[in-house]
Amino acid sequence: MRITCPYCGSRGSEEFTCLGNTPPARPADDAPVAAWVDFVYLRDNPRGPVTELWQHVQGCRTWLIVTRDTRTHTVAKVELASRATGR
Amino acid sequence: MTGARRLPEGGRIDRGTSLAFTFDGKPLQGHPGDTLASALLANGVTVVGRSFKYHRPRGLVGFGVEEPNALVTLGPGARTLANTQATMVELHQGLDARSQNRWPSLAFDVMAINGWASRFLAAGFYYKTFMWPPEAWTAFYEKVIRRAAGLGRASHEPDPDHYAKAHAFADILVVGAGPAGLMAALVAGRAGARVILVDEMPALGGRLRHTARAIDGSATTLWLEATLQELESLPNVRLLPRTSVFGAYDHGIMAAVERVSDHLPAETRGALPRQRYWQIQAKATILATGAIERGIALAGNDLPGVMLASAARAYLHEHAVVGGQRPVVFTTNPSGYVTALELMRAGVDVQAVVDPGPRVDNETVVALHEAGVQLYWHSTIEQAKGRGRVQGVVMADDVGGRREIACDQLLLSGGWNPTLHLTAHQGFRPHWDTKLQAFVPPADVGDITVVGAASGRFELENCLADGLNDAVALCRKLGFSAKTPTLPKLQENVPYTTTACFAVENASGGKAFVDLQNDVTVADLELAVREGYKSVEHAKRYTTHGMATDQGKTTGVVGHGVLAEILKRPVGEIGTTGYRPPYTAVAIGALAHHHRGQGFAPVRRTPLHDVQAKHGAVFFETGLWHRARYFPEAGEDMAAASRREVEAIRSTVGIADTTPLGKIELMGPDAQAFIERLYCNGFSTLKPGRARYGLMLREDGMVMDDGTVWCFAEGHFMITTTTANAAAVMSHIEFYHQYYWRELDVAYASVSEQWAGVAIAGPRSRELLQKLVDKPDLSDTAFPFMAVAEGRVGKVVCRIARISFSGERAFEIYVPAGYAADLYDRLMAEGAPLGIVPYGLEAMGTMRIEKGHVAGPELDGRTTPADLGLDRMQSRKKPHIGHALRDREGLLDPARPVLVGLKVVNAKHRLRAGAHLVPRGAEPIQSNDQGHVTSIAFSPSEGRYIALALLARGTDRHGQEVDAVFPLKKERVTVEVCAPCFVDPKGARLRG
Ligand SMILES: [Zn+2]
Repeated sequence: MRITCPYCGSRGSEEFTCLGNTPPARPADDAPVAAWVDFVYLRDNPRGPVTELWQHVQGCRTWLIVTRDTRTHTVAKVELASRATGR
Repeated sequence: MTGARRLPEGGRIDRGTSLAFTFDGKPLQGHPGDTLASALLANGVTVVGRSFKYHRPRGLVGFGVEEPNALVTLGPGARTLANTQATMVELHQGLDARSQNRWPSLAFDVMAINGWASRFLAAGFYYKTFMWPPEAWTAFYEKVIRRAAGLGRASHEPDPDHYAKAHAFADILVVGAGPAGLMAALVAGRAGARVILVDEMPALGGRLRHTARAIDGSATTLWLEATLQELESLPNVRLLPRTSVFGAYDHGIMAAVERVSDHLPAETRGALPRQRYWQIQAKATILATGAIERGIALAGNDLPGVMLASAARAYLHEHAVVGGQRPVVFTTNPSGYVTALELMRAGVDVQAVVDPGPRVDNETVVALHEAGVQLYWHSTIEQAKGRGRVQGVVMADDVGGRREIACDQLLLSGGWNPTLHLTAHQGFRPHWDTKLQAFVPPADVGDITVVGAASGRFELENCLADGLNDAVALCRKLGFSAKTPTLPKLQENVPYTTTACFAVENASGGKAFVDLQNDVTVADLELAVREGYKSVEHAKRYTTHGMATDQGKTTGVVGHGVLAEILKRPVGEIGTTGYRPPYTAVAIGALAHHHRGQGFAPVRRTPLHDVQAKHGAVFFETGLWHRARYFPEAGEDMAAASRREVEAIRSTVGIADTTPLGKIELMGPDAQAFIERLYCNGFSTLKPGRARYGLMLREDGMVMDDGTVWCFAEGHFMITTTTANAAAVMSHIEFYHQYYWRELDVAYASVSEQWAGVAIAGPRSRELLQKLVDKPDLSDTAFPFMAVAEGRVGKVVCRIARISFSGERAFEIYVPAGYAADLYDRLMAEGAPLGIVPYGLEAMGTMRIEKGHVAGPELDGRTTPADLGLDRMQSRKKPHIGHALRDREGLLDPARPVLVGLKVVNAKHRLRAGAHLVPRGAEPIQSNDQGHVTSIAFSPSEGRYIALALLARGTDRHGQEVDAVFPLKKERVTVEVCAPCFVDPKGARLRG
């Protein structure tokens, strides 16, 4: 697999690590436990596009949001995590 | 006497040079340009192995990677290479090849009795025969089966060869250097694209090398030479012969293995790797992998002397070798006719060409007729007969008559299968083409362009046209201005037509093989269907059809065709089984390439490695680090040395390397606020000049890591992490800052490798350190417990903290990495009068267990601060990572295992980490399990083994006795539960 890092260009996926699907927005500090449980544990596992958190650990160390299709591994989009909304 | 021999002229071999080789110890001769297979045929050797299950004698069937029978073992000793296709082995001086699966000899094989017992070895034999009792599997069945069935044996020695890996990038990767691939590479190369042209054979040209046809009015060889010369002259084209692309992966990545020096005698390989693993990343791939001919299942089709028509043609043109003098050809398509004609022209007396289909007149047929070859249409070969080799065939003609034709070879062509594996690796399902009687790749195969025979366009003129046109289109798509050259001119164009014929029925009762390598017959497939295995995937696994090392290259589709006939359904409807990488066998060594030994796990040494070695350190591996474990004096073992080290530290002073701890520097106005959120305990009150222990949680409330936070100035910190988690904590910090808390004005960097240093521990540590440290003043009042400072050792900057892992008065000091060894040496020299000892991880571990400090075994990702007795540290006043979920009901359960100390009741007993805790005398079963031992040490202070453990309701059980059981070793040791601190519980020594 290849991932196009916004800083480093197209690189082999072995330079990156994946943290998993992007979680739902992080609850407010005083949110009820149920909201935190959803945030920590619940993830969709769709057949199709997912957004995932990847870090270019052996490159610029930037955290990225990668939109990947679970059927084909096609990467539709790579964004900087630091610009992402909905966190 | 077999009819296999070398012709007096022709072939691409160097007749002037002879190469000596051995087969089963027998000395034979060949020439440069030969493969082991062609050299064996040239020497009249027609039996090359015994079959897998029935131990039947087998001969060469194919020419290249499709060969199912000729598997040999090469090389002596550690270089033993089993299950190698003789067709893919280039002959070299001294080659030593052995046949397989025979005992005592290839000619007489005792296990051939399996042939007589074959009705007991039918499909599903393994599943049916050895069902019960289960114990018999390991005791009996497995041993017997392994001896009877099986191919070559691997060496048990380490691989003495080395392997390389290369990454390559290209605009266009062309797989296969036959007519289509060569044409495509030429067009793309001329257009200026970066091209990689790969072919699995030693010489490029593919089936262009196996034809007598003329291109542009002259011999194919001339066109081939001119084309290769031009390709070699183009600097943007890389040619990789002897290279097999074995897998297609995501985003256009192709994996290939290049046989760099397999064709050279081991002693002349020099520094060359044996093979090179390539990862090729191209913008587009042109698949010109050609097609593989398939056989026909008929009785006796495994006799030596039954060969694919294309293989006979290849041996003729490439090596001037024929497998027989009087062959009969049985063909469904032009391949057999062309083979017959070319063999005739080489002086071979072709007995007949038999075709199940209708008469199609073309130039080849006319030429054969004129040459006097008997031609039969609407006819089949029902049976090949002979003892040990083909001596005749039984033909059924178009009016139901049967006759025997004497011959010494049967050449088969049941049609052609496009080599579409790489498209299927990417999940593109092939579909059945009724006209071609073959599976072909679908029109859309993503980034791959399939050309020529690989796409089902088998005629040479179409291969050349596809290579040209598709490469032009692709180049233009990629932005290269490709010119369209004129197509080479060909004569004798014969369109490809074929007749469906997978198996021929006969009454002889002889075995008709579908899969030669796995000994699967038509009858086996019939049985599988009768027993309900009607899908191709089920029938394949039940009969093991197509599951041998050749992966059914010649026989897979035959099996599908036979299955379709049995089920009376079209082949296209029953479909094909999946194709998975690798296309051909790949040495594990090539996949591992440099990642073996130290290349697999590089050694990390601290800057203090050599100086510790000088002081007698014994090192051991923890992760990638090589760390000093203990420093034995004469006659000491590890236990004695580390015990002495602990006692010295508790009475005078010792130093240990703490460099591998993770160190991260944080700076900025919001650094403190960031740290406040990263750790569960409070840091808002941490002042410059002070350090504090910190506990990091995950969002789920479990402990992630611990360490110390050093505050040098407002907004300037260094945190330490455990050695094991140094990288993970760094990523964690980057993640939370980049993703969640980007508004915090903080910068951070790993400084783990920039600062190297030691812990100096013991009552006299301050006295020693102050001798070297010019700044700061280390007196108890100026520099109390948990003080930190940036200071100086001579002219060298340093960072010092008064922190302790050992429970003694202690310091950690770091200097820029290059100065650390000097610091260590000077500490040892200045400390000598005080009785300083260097100490290692064993002593460090013992002291932290005596003090009840948690480390890796306790921070296993399943423990909360409360479990570890650190509940009071958690701040309830601030939000931090993990604050929301740490108080979930299950985590507050008083029955959870919590940290306790353990001491063996009998001082002679030992403890083992990982032992489970059960009530005294209770059975070691899961329902009695109350926790486990995490860390053990022999405590010099206690004079016995002690441990840290996680025990259910442990806090309430101090003073009770439980049993630590280790069922794997049948051990049971009674221990007393106590507080997890064995030395100085009030911390008086620590604070001094
Ligand atoms: Zn990057």
